[in-house]
Amino acid sequence: MHISEGILSGQVLSAGAVIAVAGTGIGLKKIDYDKIVHVAILASAFFVASLIHINIGPASVHLILNGILGLLLGFAAIPAILTALLLQSIFFQFGGLTALGVNVVIMAVPAVLVHYLFLPLLGKSSKLNFTAGFLAGFFSILFSSLLLGVALWFTDKNFFETSLAIIMTYIPVMIIEGVITGFCVTFLLKVYPEIIPKKL
Amino acid sequence: MIEEKFASGQSFIHKLDPKTRIVAVIILSFAAALCDIFFVAVLYFIISTVLIVMARLNRKDVIERIKPVFWFLLMIWILIPITFDGQILYQFSWLKISGTGVILCCKITIKSITILLLFTSLVATMSIASLGNGLHKLYVPDKLIFLLLMSYRYIAVIEDEYKKLLRAAKFRGFRPKTNLHSYKTFAYLAGMLFVRASFRAQRVHQAMLCRGFNQKFHSLDIYQANRFNFIFLIGISAAGLSLVILEKIWI
Repeated sequence: MHISEGILSGQVLSAGAVIAVAGTGIGLKKIDYDKIVHVAILASAFFVASLIHINIGPASVHLILNGILGLLLGFAAIPAILTALLLQSIFFQFGGLTALGVNVVIMAVPAVLVHYLFLPLLGKSSKLNFTAGFLAGFFSILFSSLLLGVALWFTDKNFFETSLAIIMTYIPVMIIEGVITGFCVTFLLKVYPEIIPKKL
Repeated sequence: MIEEKFASGQSFIHKLDPKTRIVAVIILSFAAALCDIFFVAVLYFIISTVLIVMARLNRKDVIERIKPVFWFLLMIWILIPITFDGQILYQFSWLKISGTGVILCCKITIKSITILLLFTSLVATMSIASLGNGLHKLYVPDKLIFLLLMSYRYIAVIEDEYKKLLRAAKFRGFRPKTNLHSYKTFAYLAGMLFVRASFRAQRVHQAMLCRGFNQKFHSLDIYQANRFNFIFLIGISAAGLSLVILEKIWI
């Protein structure tokens, strides 16, 4: 989920950059050198996961999975997402330099929110695990698309309808991310529960 | 998939210090992003193409690289002219095409291509290791550079893991469809990817400690400090500044 270059206004770009820098600062503070390799390689996994395409009827969407990354990393997801997005813009030219801050906010702020909202629900019962995972996936995309809409709307009030249209088109993605994140979380809890942080 | 196609070259741009190139790309991209007049945006576009020519990149590869943006721009061209208010250019029963919207589309198109070309000519022409080196010289926190270099290094490894998992699933007759079984399979696949990534991270970390890792990477790239860096940076700043002033006078 990206906003391309050349659309947003100066105010929105700089607000995005400031929030992204602050968030990255907090995130980096929370990572010590014992954990940094873990964060880095999870960022690579996040990058690779975004190459997985899922069919919806004749069309296909790629996974985003910022919900999972948020659940696993908390605030450390911000620098991880920044890294992954920077590498994406170097290799694929998705998004670029000036919108990087805004794009980090769009992807990473929901990840952190989801961490604090839904991590406490995990590990109680298997039904609840799936539900919490589903909600984490669903809400991370919902928040992301809302932030994307807000960024456009703040740029120009005329973008209102466009923003609404974009949020609408993301509804199927929210459901799919929810289902995938739900299954993914139950899988992780069965196979390797240590990967999910115990407490906030 | 991950290849640094443009990183090796012998052009003037390739020989510039990464630090200089990073500063230059920041100045020019932001100046271009904030510009609001179509004519000035065209001037930025000209600067960016000059830089691409100077970097002597393969033209086909450059076009291939900016292709994804065209899809996005196509969407913009469909959406904005019919949803935007303002002066009406053409009306076809209920469908109104807004002139303001069309002008905005032109501006967005030229600005986004410009910024991508700037990024391609100045940043994509260095290896990730040099980028890390340049960022370090610009006082970016070491931990962030570590993340960048490390996750770059392991993307190819994790991608191999993904291909292995997908191949194993296909051998067992898995065909992606629109159903819950496919979604479950992909979810487990993504989950396994995170698990393997985590295990790999533990092994890598231990191996690094065994080899006396002291939280620092040392760059093997040596860029000669020469006056071209300085002249280039002055030139870029002067171009950016004069275009910003031109825009201010215009209004």
